[in-house]
Formats: sequence, C-alpha cells, structure tokens
Amino acid sequence: MDVSTIILYVVTVVLLLLSFWKDRKKTLTALKKGRKAFENIMPQFLVILIFIGLMLAVLTPEQISSVLGSQSGWLGMLLASLIGSITLIPGFIAFPLASALLKNGAGFMQIAVFVSTLMMVGIVTLPLEIKTFGRKAAVTRNLLAYVFSFGVAIVIGVVLG
Amino acid sequence: MKSDAKWLKVLKRYRIFLVLVVINLFVLLAFPTIGTRSLSLTWANTLEMLSIIPPVFILLGLLDVWVKRETMIKLMGEGSGLRGVLLAFLLGSAAAGPLYAAFPVAVVLLKKGTRFSNVLIFIGAWSTTKIPMLMFEASALGWKFMLTRFAIDLVGIALIAWITGKVLSKEEIQKIRAQAEAAET
Repeated sequence: MDVSTIILYVVTVVLLLLSFWKDRKKTLTALKKGRKAFENIMPQFLVILIFIGLMLAVLTPEQISSVLGSQSGWLGMLLASLIGSITLIPGFIAFPLASALLKNGAGFMQIAVFVSTLMMVGIVTLPLEIKTFGRKAAVTRNLLAYVFSFGVAIVIGVVLG
Repeated sequence: MKSDAKWLKVLKRYRIFLVLVVINLFVLLAFPTIGTRSLSLTWANTLEMLSIIPPVFILLGLLDVWVKRETMIKLMGEGSGLRGVLLAFLLGSAAAGPLYAAFPVAVVLLKKGTRFSNVLIFIGAWSTTKIPMLMFEASALGWKFMLTRFAIDLVGIALIAWITGKVLSKEEIQKIRAQAEAAET
C-alpha cells in the first residue's frame, strides 16, 4: 500500500471517530449513505474492472510499445492518443511502460499525448461519466480533453524536444 | 412474486457485467493465455480498487451528512470565485484512486450545490494532477516532463471545465443537478 492510501485511511479513521464522538446517529447515516452510493455504482465498477482486464490482455504492453516505438511524427501521436483514450491503465503499469518506451526511442511528444489521454480521456468509463453528468457534458469533456492532450504534447515537444 | 421481481431488477442492473463474465469465460476456454492474463489483470485492478473504496465512500457519506448545503455553496458554489476553483482543484489533487471512483463523489458535490464548472475542475484534477501520481510520473519520466505537463494541465483543466460549463445550457445543468439530488438518500 502506498503512502497516499495510508494517509487516506488515517484521515478517514480520524474523521469517522470525530463524527462518531459528536453524533452517533448521524455517523451511522453517513455510513449507510456511503454504502448506498457504493451499491449504486457497483455494476459499473465491475464492468470497468473486467473490461480493463480483457482489453489489456489483448492489447499487451509489448504490443503498445511495438506500435508506439516504431511510429513517429503525427501518425505516432495519433496512434498514441487512440491507445491512450481507449485504454485505462493504472499508473503503476502506465508510467514504467512510458519510461521503457522513451528508452526504446519513442519521442517525448508521443509519450506526452499517450500519458495525457490515458489520464484525461476515458472511453471505458464514459458510461459512468454519462450517468453522472449526462451525455452532452461527458462527451464534451472527453473531446476537449482529447484535443487538449495534443496541446500538451506540443508544449512538451517545445520544452523537452 | 415480489422476490422474483427483486431478482429480476438485480439481474437487469448487472446484465452487462454478466455478459462480460461470459465473454471472459469463453476467452479463457478458447485462448487460455489471454484469458488467464485478463483474469489476473482484473484481479490486480480489483485489489487496487478495493484498497481505496472503504475510505472514499466513508468520506463521501461523512461529507453528505456533515457539510451543509449552504456551507458548500459558500465554499464552492456560484459566486465562490477563485477560492472555489482552488478548493475544487485541491480536493481533486489530494485524491487517491482511479478516476471512476471520482464520479460518486462528484454526485455528492453536485447535490450540495457545488458550481458545475467546479465539479468539472475537481474531476479534471482527480484525473491528471493527483499528487502521488505526479511523484510517480517524475520518477519515471523526469521532473522536467512532469512539471511541464503539470503547468499546462493547470490551464487545461480550468479551460475544459469552463468550456464544458458554457456549452451546456442552464436548464441542462439544472437537470444534471436534479438527477444528482435524486440519486441517493
């Protein structure tokens, strides 16, 4: 477990105890609400978990690196952005992968657009986002984030290129 | 029968999940290597998710119960100005866990009267400027890469939130908020 998760737990336990000490009934309501919110979202969470597993089993890091490593320029960036948008790779896999790609000769701009779309554009999580914000807002946010990722790549290219 | 109807409802909610499970089992039988890989990846992700779910949902419940609507409106609602933007940004950056855990929190924020664009800033920050992620990024890709991306992300998150807020009409935002209010309790 990493430091941030531990901090999250410590903060939660402290606040929970404080809440319990101040108002027992309210705290129980809070816990009930938390459980209810989780139950509401559970089907979507499960879908995301299985979907990511299937997707990354087919699209392995080796395959991603063979695509991103060999293609450069705008085509490389386009491919990187598409892979970044459709996949949802946890950080503990994504950053070592990006670092390995760089060492194997991929450009900074391709890596930047890959990392940025990976984090900001979520096609797998889009149904959940639509459920929260409605279709229009969710699609707009993702489209803007997609375009913005190319801006990130250009700035990274200028600063580090 | 009442209990049958209940089961049907559960089945309906989980239908996509069940279809995916069947697909996964099929893949496991037809392509054992990919199938096993898929299962182990799902398992790893499930563990990652399970580790952050209890605190995130407990905090969400506490936020819902203790923070009054008026307080939230003052902090991050309409007219909360730059302070509201900063608070939304800090709240998202301090988070842990994958983006999909942010949406239930966003529902509570909406319900409590947080300004729509501030909720989007919260989502933007959660997606890309989480502090532990930035540390990870710096060690994998270098400080210069991380800091450059962070700097432009600050602009990008604000811009994306602002434009998305402008694209939607007042009525549409009202509808999203009403849906959030109806979601729980």
